[in-house]
Amino acid sequence: MAEYKTKDILFQPIFNNNPIALQILGICSALAVTTQVSTALTMAIALTTVTAFSSLFISILRNQIPNSIRMIVQVVIIASLVILVDQFLRAFSYELSRQLSVFIGLIITNCIVMGRAEAFAMSNPPVPAFIDGVGNGLGYSLILVILGIVRELFGSGSLLGYQVLPVISAGGWYQPNGIFLLPPSAFFLIGLIIWGLRAWKPQQVEQDQFSIAPNSRTSDLY
Amino acid sequence: MGLRNYLDKQVAPHFHEGGKFQKYYVFYEMFDTMLYSPSSTTGAAAHVRDGIDLKRVMMTVWFAALPALLFGLYNVGYQANLQITEFGFSPLPGWRTDLVAALGGFDYTSLWANVLHGAVYYIPIMIVVYLGGLLWEGLFAWKRGHEVNEGFFVTGILFTLILPPSIPLWQVFLGISFGVVIGKEVFGGTGKNFMNPALIGRAFLFFAYPAQISGDEVWVAVDNFSGATPLSLAASGNIDFDAGLTALATAGQQVDISWMHTFVGGIQGSIGETSTLAILIGAGILLLTRIASWRIMAAVALGVVGTSWMFNAVGSDTNPMFAMPWYWHMTLGGLAFGLVFMATDPVSAAMTDAGKWVFGILIGFMVVVIRVINPAFPEGMMLAILFGNLCAPLIDYFVVQANIRRRQRRTVGGAV
Repeated sequence: MAEYKTKDILFQPIFNNNPIALQILGICSALAVTTQVSTALTMAIALTTVTAFSSLFISILRNQIPNSIRMIVQVVIIASLVILVDQFLRAFSYELSRQLSVFIGLIITNCIVMGRAEAFAMSNPPVPAFIDGVGNGLGYSLILVILGIVRELFGSGSLLGYQVLPVISAGGWYQPNGIFLLPPSAFFLIGLIIWGLRAWKPQQVEQDQFSIAPNSRTSDLY
Repeated sequence: MGLRNYLDKQVAPHFHEGGKFQKYYVFYEMFDTMLYSPSSTTGAAAHVRDGIDLKRVMMTVWFAALPALLFGLYNVGYQANLQITEFGFSPLPGWRTDLVAALGGFDYTSLWANVLHGAVYYIPIMIVVYLGGLLWEGLFAWKRGHEVNEGFFVTGILFTLILPPSIPLWQVFLGISFGVVIGKEVFGGTGKNFMNPALIGRAFLFFAYPAQISGDEVWVAVDNFSGATPLSLAASGNIDFDAGLTALATAGQQVDISWMHTFVGGIQGSIGETSTLAILIGAGILLLTRIASWRIMAAVALGVVGTSWMFNAVGSDTNPMFAMPWYWHMTLGGLAFGLVFMATDPVSAAMTDAGKWVFGILIGFMVVVIRVINPAFPEGMMLAILFGNLCAPLIDYFVVQANIRRRQRRTVGGAV
């Protein structure tokens, strides 16, 4: 079993091995819940909690889980946690829970949660597994919050509901950009984030599947 | 050859290896090849010699779009002047109106006044598009170390021609930036874009700022104007396809719209899309020089005719668009412009001959379906072409696979 440094487990998933930007997982909820910062934040916290605790419990039980039914056991644990989070939101923040609608429930199918359970928690002790869950949750949260900020700011001129850019319809100067309220904008933004991240850390760039021969020089002069 | 000499002796050395401005070689190369054809040619060995290179292809398309541009220039002014002098609208306040008032006045029968009024709207849009395009193209060429391609000349002019005249210039800049960067450069630049960059830019504006690029209020550059485009008039049942406008619509301060009007182009609409006649001249140039594929043009037309016949046959009591004949479909909205200049884009269209037929028919089918059945969008050409672009690689794949299977059957005797 490989030894991990706690710091690496916690912080690697934020920039170096981001679940959304490098592993391209969890895109669905990143498109769906990021039109406002508040929903993005709630979703980020919910997913981080579920990933951390599901990793913890699966890791505690990892030596008791029969290999052939491990998926079922993992899903049972994850589903119980998701139901807890869902009930908690309904009880204490009904409005947000209504806005997030099915997407809290769909955390069960979020690839990040399952992925960490399979890839890390099944083969590591509870404490590192918990930290790994938190770290991956943070990586997911980072992208979600960036998306939420950009989309709410440009799409409706506000942040967390406070009007930052006064919109024309309310007598200001800012013309809201409607495309940021549509899911495709999150695709573009995630693409741009990945672009920026890979320009900053070139080791994340994948090999070309079909590489093109370099252009021939056209002139002796040059 | 004074200039050539001057460039070679005085300017070029600075930009070549060892010169002061070596980093900026791409910009020098761009202006040099704009003035002269490239001097660097292959010296030895056999290779294809052909006068037609990327630069000439692009310039031919540019010239083909010129009739539509010139007519658009006139028509933007004509529509605005007509509304001002005939119906008493006031022009949009600003420097444009001051300039027109000082130099030409608002007489809609005068060619000069119309062209001038059109130019004050069109020229700024064009300048913004070319500066924006040049900025992004130049930046990417510079960072990636290749030459600036001429593709953006065409993207630029096509983009200006599919905008409404009164669009704010900052939106024009956003649109062309999105089109060039997301529609083209992120996929590797000219020749690697799988969708038409000008259309991507327009689609961005269409979804981002629908109030400035769709609806009834943007097509004529006068204050507080609201007048439906012929397409929306048709969708609301105000066009009698045999005679032109119905009595009801004529009473509502609409200028006369007969089929001939929509063909020649004295109607409201995007700058370059109104005159089917001017677009047909462009189509003639493109077909004569064999720049554009006649298969795609024919296939789109076929798709439109077939689908509108189908809708005509089905009929509907509530939706007047069902009854619109194909020749009205052809002249209204952006269909003709898209058919000639956008669908035939050699990069984003299907590559195989059989694929081109499928690609074109698909676009023709989609545009009529969107126009007739979708209540949200009166015009469907932009979305239909983008949809066709998305399907083009798939179409080509199946054409190639079918060809492989056919040849295998022939040689192996069916033992596949």
